[in-house]
Amino acid sequence: MSAVSTLAAYVDGVGFLGPGLADWPAAARVLSGEARWERAPTALPPPQCLPSAERRRTGAPVRLTLAVGLEASAHAGADPASLAAVFSSSGGDGENCHEICQVLASGDRQLSPTRFHNSVHNAAAGYWGIATGATTAANALCAHDASFAAGLLEALCQVAVERTGVILITYDTSCPEPMHSARPIPDACGVALVLRPAAGAASLARLEASWSAECADRMEDDALERLRAAIPAARSLPLLALLARQRTGRVLVDYLDDTRLAVQVSPCR
Amino acid sequence: MTALALTSFTATSAIGRGLAATLASLRAQRSGLAPCRFETVTLATCVGEVAGVDEVQLPRALGEFQCRNNRLAWLGLTQDGFSAAVAECAARHGRKRIGVFLGTSTSGILETEMAYRHRDPSSGALPREFRYRGAHNTFSLAAFAQQALELSGPAVVISTACSSSAKAFASARRAIEAGVIDAAVVGGVDSLCLTTLYGFHSLQLVSRTPCRPFDTARDGISIGEAAAFALLERPGSSLDAHTVLLTGTGESSDAYHMSSPPPDGRGARAAMQQALAAAALAPEDIEYINFHGTGTAGNDAAEGRAVAGVLGSEIPGSSTKGATGHTLGAAGALEAVICAVALQAQLMPAGINTREVDPALPVRYLRENRLGRLSRVMSNSFGFGGANCSLIFARAG
Repeated sequence: MSAVSTLAAYVDGVGFLGPGLADWPAAARVLSGEARWERAPTALPPPQCLPSAERRRTGAPVRLTLAVGLEASAHAGADPASLAAVFSSSGGDGENCHEICQVLASGDRQLSPTRFHNSVHNAAAGYWGIATGATTAANALCAHDASFAAGLLEALCQVAVERTGVILITYDTSCPEPMHSARPIPDACGVALVLRPAAGAASLARLEASWSAECADRMEDDALERLRAAIPAARSLPLLALLARQRTGRVLVDYLDDTRLAVQVSPCR
Repeated sequence: MTALALTSFTATSAIGRGLAATLASLRAQRSGLAPCRFETVTLATCVGEVAGVDEVQLPRALGEFQCRNNRLAWLGLTQDGFSAAVAECAARHGRKRIGVFLGTSTSGILETEMAYRHRDPSSGALPREFRYRGAHNTFSLAAFAQQALELSGPAVVISTACSSSAKAFASARRAIEAGVIDAAVVGGVDSLCLTTLYGFHSLQLVSRTPCRPFDTARDGISIGEAAAFALLERPGSSLDAHTVLLTGTGESSDAYHMSSPPPDGRGARAAMQQALAAAALAPEDIEYINFHGTGTAGNDAAEGRAVAGVLGSEIPGSSTKGATGHTLGAAGALEAVICAVALQAQLMPAGINTREVDPALPVRYLRENRLGRLSRVMSNSFGFGGANCSLIFARAG
């Protein structure tokens, strides 16, 4: 990224939901060392803002992304419909995929139409638009374990080039057996960041990204480090820890095999 | 936006391996659709299958990526000197300065479908040889292409159903404009599988006969498969008149329904208007439009209205899905390459199979090829979840 001095954005809002971490304030207390992390299954709230017909059709990824996306929008004081959206997930809806593969392996291959349209990787992005009324561009990315950094990179490029506000929503959910053995993601985890091209009253910190070949940062706490390593969306934790502590610092976010995304964090308050 | 050059491009679909075969089929108005004999599928439908995909041998070092989708990707990458052009570009800019932005909706799901038929009878486990990362995962395609092309810059899969590989062009051009990279391999690969064949069937969106986009009697899609790639770079100082440029991209969401567009096509309209604004063009500057044109009643009606609303009812256009089938996650890239071929050959390709153009669709749908000066074209791609993307391509001279 040598040519760019300005791949930067302001974080105006954060949303988080993961194992034992019910929202961003709860996660921030743990990440800043104010509270101990008590491991508990991720508690997904019912899907907010969706019409009841759609609500019945949604799985864990939709509940998760609506929860963190709406939390981050509210935190930023932003109308979600005004933001472009970047969704990234390492595996989309594994449970829905499992159900489809089971039916296709059976004698009767009658798929549920709802299962099929929910099988697209951008299903969560589609429901986000239906729930929030956002007609802005919505992207849906996958980069396996690198999905958080890949989503952040896309979001930063949109902020820099389109000069627009963007909500980044990165999420993962676990899948049932037999897929779970092949991809053992232990629980659901989602993070959302509202990013803007210019500082405003709500801005928490400025982020500036560049490449690095150094090792990715780990969490000091062993249990949180296991969480970071186990769920691709939780690769966001070292960056979120700097935001929670409102500290200036540089964090190396895990990306592809031989590349890290180095993010300089400068608090605005 | 700053225009970018497609310094190399290639397409492999049911109408041919590589550009020469593709152009020959377009000139001959030949369809690649045939009754479905794929795998164990027992549906009465036609598909656009690429011949010989299962015979493709991946290099030994890329063995972990074995699946139909990546075999099709390799087949595509080895046509028209594309890999050599990427290597040359990497020598100029450095391997880290070239991004990989590819679209797919299927990835290697066919491998997973087959693995589910061979679960251990007592434990239910998948066969030992099942590979999640290399075959099943949506990112597999970009990981495979990055390794096959020996690149080490950013890599990502964009997966927004049937607009995936159109949106890959938009993401790549932003990364170049932001200075994150100097060039990008963009494209899309989607391959036949049971999920899409039985899935579209469950929605009653599959035609029994070869699809007839924009026809009065259109009754659904024909599913196809394809691999299409382009190398996007900042244009050099001396441009050949034949060089094809990406000059506009537009993206929007319907915020309406997961699998059908709003009848007035307002999301499609927004994407087209944005693309025009990005290219700094007026509607009358567009000389041909490659419709998304899937061949379902609702999709074509909404698109016809949207296109007439933005570009006027005199705009000549066609859907090439009558020839290739709907290649889903690869459709945006395949039709981008068809637009590039059309610009270079000065050919507006016909929308074949369509016998009687629906008078309710207010556009000039081309049922025959048309030769003539062609400088600026638009390509539409719309996906489930209401993910819309319009691209504008132009000749440099």
